[in-house]
Amino acid sequence: MEAFTTHTGRAVPLRRSNVDTDQIIPAHWLKKVTRDGFEDGLFEAWRKDEEFVLNRPERAGATVLVAGPDFGTGSSREHAVWALQNYGFKTVISSRFADIFRGNSLKNGLLTVVLPQETVDALWELTEADPTAEVTVDLVARKVLAPGVEAAFELDENARWRLLEGLDDISITLRHEDDIAAYEANRPSFTPRTQVA
Amino acid sequence: MARTLAEKVWDDHVVRRAEGEPDLLFIDLHLLHEVTSPQAFDGLRKNGRQVRRTDLTIATEDHNTPTLDIDKPIADPVSRTQLETLRKNCADFGVRLHPLGDVEQGVVHVVGPQLGLTQPGMTVVCGDSHTSTHGAFGALAFGIGTSQVEHVLATQTLPMTPFKTMAITVNGELPEGVTAKDLILAVIARIGTGGGQGYVLEYRGEAIEKLSMEARMTVCNMSIEAGARAGMIAPDDTTFAYLRGRDHAPEGADWDAAVAYWRTLRTDDNAVFDREVVIDATELSPFVTWGTNPGQGAPLSASVPDPASFDNPSERLAAEKALEYMGLTAGQPLREVAVDTVFVGSCTNGRIEDLRSAAEVLSGRRVADGVRMLVVPGSVRVALQAVEEGLDKVFTAAGAEWRHAGCSMCLGMNPDQLAPGERSASTSNRNFEGRQGKGGRTHLVSPQVAAATAVVGRLAAPADLTEVTDVRTPAGV
Ligand code: SF4
Repeated sequence: MEAFTTHTGRAVPLRRSNVDTDQIIPAHWLKKVTRDGFEDGLFEAWRKDEEFVLNRPERAGATVLVAGPDFGTGSSREHAVWALQNYGFKTVISSRFADIFRGNSLKNGLLTVVLPQETVDALWELTEADPTAEVTVDLVARKVLAPGVEAAFELDENARWRLLEGLDDISITLRHEDDIAAYEANRPSFTPRTQVA
Repeated sequence: MARTLAEKVWDDHVVRRAEGEPDLLFIDLHLLHEVTSPQAFDGLRKNGRQVRRTDLTIATEDHNTPTLDIDKPIADPVSRTQLETLRKNCADFGVRLHPLGDVEQGVVHVVGPQLGLTQPGMTVVCGDSHTSTHGAFGALAFGIGTSQVEHVLATQTLPMTPFKTMAITVNGELPEGVTAKDLILAVIARIGTGGGQGYVLEYRGEAIEKLSMEARMTVCNMSIEAGARAGMIAPDDTTFAYLRGRDHAPEGADWDAAVAYWRTLRTDDNAVFDREVVIDATELSPFVTWGTNPGQGAPLSASVPDPASFDNPSERLAAEKALEYMGLTAGQPLREVAVDTVFVGSCTNGRIEDLRSAAEVLSGRRVADGVRMLVVPGSVRVALQAVEEGLDKVFTAAGAEWRHAGCSMCLGMNPDQLAPGERSASTSNRNFEGRQGKGGRTHLVSPQVAAATAVVGRLAAPADLTEVTDVRTPAGV
């Protein structure tokens, strides 16, 4: 996983709430068996509309998505995170994320930042008025900075450490092999097996 | 300290707990399907890792599988690749797989319980958000992403941060004709699609205790639509009776030991929930959605709401967008909304009791002219049972299509889709834009409402139907 320390980029203001994962990446894209190549599926239905914010020439190359509340609801598809990353987004800001989406994003190094809705409103207004305005998401200082906006955000220490170091969960867990083996040795005999070992 | 059901199950699975770290939880059962697993197996291969516990892992094919001509090669090459990839991965890593054509194949959340693999007090995960279904047994069951699928395959554990607990107490009895689906749609409309966020929901109270296991699965299935991490119901005699004798249920002394343990899995009397919601079952009626998220629902007897009636600006905006997408106008009675398609199936309502209740409504009646009705059993076992009971004949005699098991039109990854602008009454769980096909419009309903809607051609409940003898008159006479 790529480490995330601080990132500065132009933003895409997405004034929609409840953007579910079917909107982020429609189901027919889920047939792919790789982690890349999802960029064209991102918000596919909305992108048919030329006026959709992502299609506007001034948003090309933007890397910060500023979304409405309840972003990433619905299915557990990690493809939603990959699609955002494949497209070039490094970070998503919203006042509320769906749990599974949030977990998936942090595991893949896409930093999801929770800010109060007023701050999201301020970022919308700023980046709508000035598409060239840059937004900085600083994970070291846990701050979002933009012209006229400075907001602290929270992220649990463990998730932050993993992102800062770019560590993958499996190698961390495998350090605790002894604990896992000890737990396995004590499981009750009535727990089911899918196959006879 | 007094604990809730969810906390007890969590505590019993902690492999490692350390200050400042998420708890490392042991996973008792890992369910796999073709959509969210390929990249996980790929990751294992890249890192030279094995599946740690093939004996706690099982796979089936459901999302992409066709519901017609299943003996022929799958037409869509991409779907075919995905199924072939799963088959190869399961063979390479020694994972038990029930592929298309196998008698145990079906929607992953129907298959696990029916094999008796889902049991009280277990941790169950799957790369699918509706894993919450398994909570109906008093298991802690949650959907995970592909990175987590890989993590569980490699380590049989997951690092998890603690959740909050919410009690949803449903007092009183559900009125005649009101189902588990109506109940859960009403709950979601009450707490909102984000209302359960960060919580494990525990459904309790008289109305819940009276539900069958299948109805409990319908309720828990949709916990995720309220944003919850999981939904649970304390195991009781209904649960034990359902499990007894199933393929993977414990036997003999193990059964007794298991039941003794399962009986301890109840929220302690003085345990405190972080939030409590109380619902009066006696006030509920058939419920349908009018919008594009499962929280946008109302009683069938109501009208499409006016977006201006929402105080919260983002809800108002969402309602405006939803009405535009759905092609509905504020104030339109829901009973006047005409549909083109009716879908009965999915992990929410694709079990035998669901098919029985839809068949009961359809028996002796006809699907309205111009309406297409698809009945897709949740698993091959459900299909076989339905055939044994003659339900398939009821459906086909009424003019519905009886299909092969799978996810089908629940998400339209296979050819079962809505055309743009088409409207469905669907027993599935998501009415998102485009979920059932690009531009498709979905109303979530119970199997009974689905069947009645098919007969009338507009959203309807069985109570709206005239006596069977009247409806038998051939169409057009
Ligand atoms: S039936 Fe629908 S909700 Fe259930 S697993 Fe399949 S696609 Fe997901």
